[in-house]
Amino acid sequence: MIRIHVRRKAFGDTEVLRGLRLDLAPGERVAVLGPSGVGKSTFLRIVAGVDRAFEGEVQRPDNIAIVFQEPTLLRWRSVLQNLTLTHPGLPEESARAMLRRVGLEAKAGDYPGQLSLGQQRRVALARAFVGRPELLILDEPFVSLDPALAEEMIALTESLIAETRPAVLLVTHVRAEAERLGERIVRLEGSPATLV
Amino acid sequence: MTRDAAARLVSLAAILGLWVVGAALTADPTILPGPWKLLGPLWHEIASGELPFHLWKTLVRVAWAFVLAMSIGIAIGTLMGTNPEADRWLDPWLVVFLNLPALVLVVLCYLWIGLNETAAITAVTLNKIPNVVTIVREGARSLDPELDAMARVYRMPRLARLRHVVLPQLAPYIAAAARGGIAVIWKIVLVVEFLGRSNGIGFKIHMYFQLFDVGMVLIYALSFVVVMLLVEAAFLRPWESRVRRWRTA
Repeated sequence: MIRIHVRRKAFGDTEVLRGLRLDLAPGERVAVLGPSGVGKSTFLRIVAGVDRAFEGEVQRPDNIAIVFQEPTLLRWRSVLQNLTLTHPGLPEESARAMLRRVGLEAKAGDYPGQLSLGQQRRVALARAFVGRPELLILDEPFVSLDPALAEEMIALTESLIAETRPAVLLVTHVRAEAERLGERIVRLEGSPATLV
Repeated sequence: MTRDAAARLVSLAAILGLWVVGAALTADPTILPGPWKLLGPLWHEIASGELPFHLWKTLVRVAWAFVLAMSIGIAIGTLMGTNPEADRWLDPWLVVFLNLPALVLVVLCYLWIGLNETAAITAVTLNKIPNVVTIVREGARSLDPELDAMARVYRMPRLARLRHVVLPQLAPYIAAAARGGIAVIWKIVLVVEFLGRSNGIGFKIHMYFQLFDVGMVLIYALSFVVVMLLVEAAFLRPWESRVRRWRTA
């Protein structure tokens, strides 16, 4: 069970979030829909445990994975190392199997900079799923992609979620994405923002 | 790469050519002896063991000061670049030390610590740290916050984060600090030796300066320049191209 309760989050005197409550059952997929700039990323950073300066408490599993808007890869390490370094103790064979699953087996030894943007995003997805996370956080992962690539990435994400069954928290401003990946849709609105 | 090497050789040969022309124009070996006139004395200094001994002494001091200044400078620079509170408190110190003339620090270290090896290396290290801090702080300020968030979410161990996430981002800045650093350090080491040591290249230069022996001053100074060029070619440049490999792949 994942329990999120943010009583208050402020940057200086500006209150960004107030009175947020969200529970996720294991394997449940929740989409948080909200316009740009409402505080979605702030909310995600709190859930992910990156931002700890807030009032409230979050109960989260240890094994979390995250996919950002950008691939956010270690550009100075090989594609394979991008998977193994972020998962200490992961057998190299599992990492290779995951790369095979996303169609990048041949690129294991390349640096991310040698890959196309679409391939880099697939590496980011492979990195997210290879550790079989209990909670997967997706921060607008398909924004800024052209429609064809976005469709390809959404389909791949869907099938990977179906295989690993993590609880999913997706944040987006696109309703179609929210409806497609989420079982339950909540909206983040207002100033300070809250869930409705 | 061969074009690069050729350009380097021609450029070095041009310096030598300038020297030959200058020596011919002054036509006075006590002011500027030609390069060939130094070969005999150079060989004598090497054969007697005099030159290798002092060269080694200076090299050890350079190595100590370099390692100390780089490691302390990288630690302070990273702290200041990532922690605004630390930056606020340490910045005035940095400005003071940046503007303190090298000579003042050297003299004060000798006066306070004594005319010994510790004082010599402390003086050089203190002179170099502020430069390293300034450069590395710039690098630490430009660290990618998204990568940091990624590393935290995936619970990368602290040491792995430092080695695979932070240091590779700082590498270009560290390389810049190291290259500029080694040159500055050996110049200050000479001043330190000139003022208060009884061995090392700086000491020999001081001695031959008092004897007005331009030839020997040149022999000692240039032999160390050659050693430093070798150090750069053998260690610094290969290391730099190794950490830069991913950019050009």
